[in-house]
Amino acid sequence: MAVPKIWRKIPEYYNLIGKLCPECNAKFFPKRTVCKNCGCTRMQDYKFEGKGKIVTYTIIRTSMSDPEQEINEQAARNIPYALAIIKLKEGPMLTAQIIDCGDSELNIGKKVKKVFRKILENGPSGVIQYGYKFKIDK
Amino acid sequence: MRKVAVIGIGMTKFGQLWKRDLTSLSVEAGVNAVRDAGIHQKDVEVLYGGTMSGGLFINQEHLGSMLPDYMGFKNIPSVRVEAACASGGLALRQAYIDIASGMHDIAVVGGVEKMTDIGTYSITKALATAADTVNESNFGATFPGLYALMAKLHMHKYKTTEEQLASVAVKNHLNALDNPNAQFHKKISIQDVMDSAKIADPLKLLDASPITDGAAAIVLASEKKAKKLSDTPVWIKGSGHATDTISLHDRDDLLTLSATVSAAKQAYLQARLQPKNIDMAEVHDCFTIAELLAIEDLGFVKKGKSGKFTEEGYTKIGGKIPINPSGGLKAKGHPIGASGVAQAIEAVLQLRGDAGKRSTNSENALTHNVGGSGGTSVVHIFER
Amino acid sequence: MQVGIISWGSYIPRFRIKVEDIAKANGSNPEQIKNALMISEKSLPGIDEDTITISVEAARQAIKNIDSKKIGAIYIGSESHPYAVKPTSTVVGEAIELGNNYTAADLEFACKAGTAGIQICLGLVKSGMMDMALTGGADTAQSKPGDPLEYTAAAGGAVFVIGKEDVVAVINETVSFTSDTPDFWRREKEEYPSHGGAFTGQPAYYRHVINATKNLMEKAKTRPENYDYAIFHQPNGKFPRRVAKILGFNEQQISPGLLVGYIGNTYSGASMLGLAAVLDIAKPGQRILVTSYGSGAGSDSFDITVTDKILFNQKRTKKVLDLIKDKIYVDYSKYLRNTQ
Repeated sequence: MAVPKIWRKIPEYYNLIGKLCPECNAKFFPKRTVCKNCGCTRMQDYKFEGKGKIVTYTIIRTSMSDPEQEINEQAARNIPYALAIIKLKEGPMLTAQIIDCGDSELNIGKKVKKVFRKILENGPSGVIQYGYKFKIDK
Repeated sequence: MRKVAVIGIGMTKFGQLWKRDLTSLSVEAGVNAVRDAGIHQKDVEVLYGGTMSGGLFINQEHLGSMLPDYMGFKNIPSVRVEAACASGGLALRQAYIDIASGMHDIAVVGGVEKMTDIGTYSITKALATAADTVNESNFGATFPGLYALMAKLHMHKYKTTEEQLASVAVKNHLNALDNPNAQFHKKISIQDVMDSAKIADPLKLLDASPITDGAAAIVLASEKKAKKLSDTPVWIKGSGHATDTISLHDRDDLLTLSATVSAAKQAYLQARLQPKNIDMAEVHDCFTIAELLAIEDLGFVKKGKSGKFTEEGYTKIGGKIPINPSGGLKAKGHPIGASGVAQAIEAVLQLRGDAGKRSTNSENALTHNVGGSGGTSVVHIFER
Repeated sequence: MQVGIISWGSYIPRFRIKVEDIAKANGSNPEQIKNALMISEKSLPGIDEDTITISVEAARQAIKNIDSKKIGAIYIGSESHPYAVKPTSTVVGEAIELGNNYTAADLEFACKAGTAGIQICLGLVKSGMMDMALTGGADTAQSKPGDPLEYTAAAGGAVFVIGKEDVVAVINETVSFTSDTPDFWRREKEEYPSHGGAFTGQPAYYRHVINATKNLMEKAKTRPENYDYAIFHQPNGKFPRRVAKILGFNEQQISPGLLVGYIGNTYSGASMLGLAAVLDIAKPGQRILVTSYGSGAGSDSFDITVTDKILFNQKRTKKVLDLIKDKIYVDYSKYLRNTQ
């Protein structure tokens, strides 16, 4: 991602700061400027705790390596890695990796909590993007 | 709204076509369609071209100008349409609206994609732009990954099996054997699919449509012109288009593409038909799970029952509702922008009685084209 | 005014590799290595972990139940900051939502960068410039395959918040012993460090640790038997045990803070994690001595007394011992993948 883009996403990526609609109380992550529910445009910042459940998951096994240096980007992830849609405690769902677990530990419905990890490195000389991933909450 | 018909069709072979560039593919399809319609280049009044990304695949934008130029259509209005993998289907709809509204009488609709000039990593990255790059792709969601998330949940909720997913690929490969333009002419078995390399659990290599180059084009005409120019016009009876959240995680129900449900509803309403009246359909099987979800969302089978329905043969040629007699995206190939138009061509061939050994003896045909993981859906119904 | 530690947080990555698996890859005798270094396994980072992510996780633990908005400074010390230019400290500041009203800088002094940070924070709080200051030591240490450092270079870190209210561990005194000693170094553009072999012993580690500790006890007017715990920098299992013996401390005093056998040498995190492990279990009134060591070279020594406020803190933070126990073993090939 471009540098300004990375910087704009920091509150969402580091601290799960989404939005809350003051009219209908709907919560959104990532943030939205317009409430999907009622159309209100006076959205307020809302910090999600980072706890949730696995709604569905998969294990990505195809290589995301860039051997010909086509784009010079290193995904801070080694295949195989687990990807899941997680439903946060407060309601919204998001897509994220689940780390530090074996295949057998993954199950639909399992509780997870957020961790702070590298998401992407824009090559050896580029900026490092940090953000949210999740681990099984024992 | 005036009636609109397809009066000409043309497509290239689909495959990894190293010697061909984007313009030569488009020109072959476009010129063949114009010839098939029995008209001359100068009769074409407007061009609608669907392609997912000239920029990312061949570093070329402004295809709206480039394509008619190379096809020999001088000075006509020309629109490049983009809706990820539904670019072709959406181009078709925009052209249909153009003629139905009375703006023009004869349009060419083309769909094209030249995918293989760049490396695999770059292709994967380009395809990932059909998803939410900032909130999905950035976190490791590849295209197969997103469909795998749907497949995993479908298996969990409805007890769909990996073998049932595989049966979609087996059927489509069988159908493609009789399609000369298809990328693959190879019969495969359930075991072949099960043994193929895992991409994103539960999806394997043979659950996925390939990377393909290709172009497809059709000529649309108003009722008056169609009746004058063609003995075998194929009418567009219904057209529907809808969108849904771009991210899979923002959907109301992860296992229903509500864009498809909505687009289909519009098309059925306009055509005054119900799902049970449809004789055959070309649906968007970018992955085997996508075909299962499609036949549910289009109303051919109850939610959750698509696995069994397919396994038991109801969707094969000669079955209750043949799905993807052309071989589908899986076996025919999936040059992204071309697929939506190629589906329409299959519908036309079938309804003209020109589908040879893969004929389904249909009197109507439905086409279904999806963008991304369901962010866009376009449905058309054709009739003789 | 009593100034000291008001909270702390630790983080150790889950992955471990056994010394014998590294020895096998090098064709060496595992038992010989284990006995020489007195370590059985070490921690390594996930491929998506680095000094910044470790510092953030430790800092997030450290700010639980304190009014973190009062933090006026952040100093993170490491030998493996992900950037040569662009500080780890500001990412930590952002990740704990500190806003913009604080100062920050990254520190480097081999393995003692973190304890130098404690001294800086002490100064800032004692002088009245601010109410709280945060410091940490973390590393994802690199070692060349085949080099003896491969057995010990590990990953982990700890963060301390220094303040003057609700102090859980008062820092009574701190004394340092510093010199220009080239025992272990890494040039700017080099990937792996170099070292002077046996030179890293007496003229380096022992000279500085012993002098700093002796000078501290002189200033604090204490003797080894006054302390319930003694934590020494731990590049391997042998050095801290030997220096403890020389200085007059026994196995009981050093054991709770001696983690190297289970997680290896976490470099800037080493003394810090040792101290954190002791704070996890120390009882009110107990006295702690910590002496770090950083190559290049220097030692920072501290005399600490635990207050009764520690009990509340012990309940809320992840214990070092639990982090040590929460582990996944990897083989040598996965180890190489993660650390390249």
